[in-house]
Amino acid sequence: MILLTPESKVIVQGITGREGTFHAERMKEMGTRLVGGVSPGKGGGQHLEVPLFNTVAEAVAATGADATGIFVPPPFAADAIMEAAEAGLSLIVCITEGIPIQDMIRVKSYLKEFPRARLLGPNCPGLITPGVGKIGIIPAQISSPGAVGLVSRSGTLTYEAMAALTKAGLGQSTVVGIGGDPVLGLSFSDVAELFEHDSQTTHLVLIGEIGGSDEERAAERLRGTRLKVAAFISGRTAPEGKRMGHAGAIVSGNRGTAKSKVEAFQAVGIPVAETTDQIVELLKA
Amino acid sequence: MKLLEYQAKEVLQSFGLEIPPGRVARTPEEAAAAAREIGPVAVKAQVPVGGRGKAGGIKLAQTPEDAAVAAGQIIGMEIKGFRVPLVYCEGALDIKQEIYLGFTVDRDARANILMLSARGGMDIEAVAQETPDAISRLYPNPWRGPLDFEIRRLVFAAGLGDLVGPLTKVVRLLYRAIPERDALTAEINPLVVTGDGRVVAGDAKLETDENAAFRHKELEERYSTVIEGDQYEVEAKKRGLTYVSLDGDIGVIGNGAGLCMGTLDLVQRAGGEAANFCDIGGGAKAEVVKNALQVILMNPKVKGVLINVFGGITRADEVARGVVEARAALKMKLPLVVRLSGTNEEEGKRILRENGIEPGDNGWEAAQKIVELTR
Repeated sequence: MILLTPESKVIVQGITGREGTFHAERMKEMGTRLVGGVSPGKGGGQHLEVPLFNTVAEAVAATGADATGIFVPPPFAADAIMEAAEAGLSLIVCITEGIPIQDMIRVKSYLKEFPRARLLGPNCPGLITPGVGKIGIIPAQISSPGAVGLVSRSGTLTYEAMAALTKAGLGQSTVVGIGGDPVLGLSFSDVAELFEHDSQTTHLVLIGEIGGSDEERAAERLRGTRLKVAAFISGRTAPEGKRMGHAGAIVSGNRGTAKSKVEAFQAVGIPVAETTDQIVELLKA
Repeated sequence: MKLLEYQAKEVLQSFGLEIPPGRVARTPEEAAAAAREIGPVAVKAQVPVGGRGKAGGIKLAQTPEDAAVAAGQIIGMEIKGFRVPLVYCEGALDIKQEIYLGFTVDRDARANILMLSARGGMDIEAVAQETPDAISRLYPNPWRGPLDFEIRRLVFAAGLGDLVGPLTKVVRLLYRAIPERDALTAEINPLVVTGDGRVVAGDAKLETDENAAFRHKELEERYSTVIEGDQYEVEAKKRGLTYVSLDGDIGVIGNGAGLCMGTLDLVQRAGGEAANFCDIGGGAKAEVVKNALQVILMNPKVKGVLINVFGGITRADEVARGVVEARAALKMKLPLVVRLSGTNEEEGKRILRENGIEPGDNGWEAAQKIVELTR
């Protein structure tokens, strides 16, 4: 397992909101060590039988938390990420969708001061270590413990692949949704590398989609890996966006297309599934 | 939001950029009046998409009569799916040199990138491919913006040292679009150096971040109504749906962008063609399903609909009830295949069958089924 282990102590930022409450409860239900919540102005209270704090720093001092799940609304989410990093948390999972991209660019620059802090997301389903715990919104009932690592850019496709793996008797070590935004925390290659060094993990599934070139770089990183890997790319038939201006093309060139991603995986001997059901066949082959 | 050329110029002019004299025209008469005032003009289609020149959307007019004729030809034209609502009549420039200046978000670097090249104009993408060194680049610190010496370095690296003064000023003002308008891409191409040594924007493009619209209400109010996109996309946007029109005849609804894109792939693999991309999000509530179906059925080309939903947090039986309700409310007669999976899958499928809707076992099977039913 990676990132989220039985030792992880988790808080939720935005725990008193509707989404925060609902998902913090699901996290607790499956055994996640939820030690507190942050909700400015409600410090000193209790919610879901855990203590509430006004700031992340207070929560860390009182509980020894090392991980957080962020469920605060988009205008305030970037600040919440930076607060978590500054308070010394090492795993920051941001579920919030719709954060302004320039806010995230500033966050990424700020995080350079905190090399220990790993950001997952934003706009991601979070992660789950079956049998241990989860941070985020991945449904626990479709997971099962095992040796397959899964990393994905999409939410529902992740669930679909997990369900197929579970049905086929292939349990998962950890399932990680890195998120679909243009400016992200952990990349495919970062997560692939963590799985590479995790002794429990023997197989790896990567679910990518068009845009950016994280998949291409992950493929290169996985050259000669000890893991048995299968990939899937969605958006193969998506029409090219109605572009204006040349700046995007100057930066990305021909990278980022489904074709470029499929070829990158094939070039290092990683088979690419045509449908999500085929992923299981490729792992078992 | 992708601003039209005249809108982008208006924004950049408010930051201090020099632009040629120009007037917006909605009719040939207005175009003639603009030419009488300005002199010879370029009559330019205003659409939020590139490639309008090659599509016949830019015409030169020497006289007011020419301008009226050109405007009459261009207004109402369709360019890459956008009907041209108006033209921009702009005075001609005495061009000595064409420079490229732009910035965008470099996803891989997770940062903004500023780019400058002495070889501006239509062929800048080819320049980038063949001689990448002809474009100088700068990743400004997003907290403080580019510093003067960094901009000077950018300008000298592009071989434009003799223009270091005016270009530093233009780079600075273009960059203001990031902190002040949440711009994701801005481009001045060409940035024209005129015979008398002025630096003027020949064209301008500006795209702002929809996620940041909450802090730029004035931008939305002033500009968003002018842009007429695809009618179904406009309708979907009103209902808060993520929807993109495509060319085929099979309506597609999915929850989650990845799953939805994957479904388009499956439809094509099965020999069909999707009419749209429609992501109803993780929740997939009954009301949202109904809204999505309603928009899809507005398109007379649609011969059937495929719904592909994975119920994770949302239970599949709830989704099934939503679909049944929506179909009844809309009195939908076209073939409908629903693929439901995840939590309470069996109960969901039972509800669909009882109401005469064929459930698909997996995405691939469901895609084949809808293609068959719409043949």
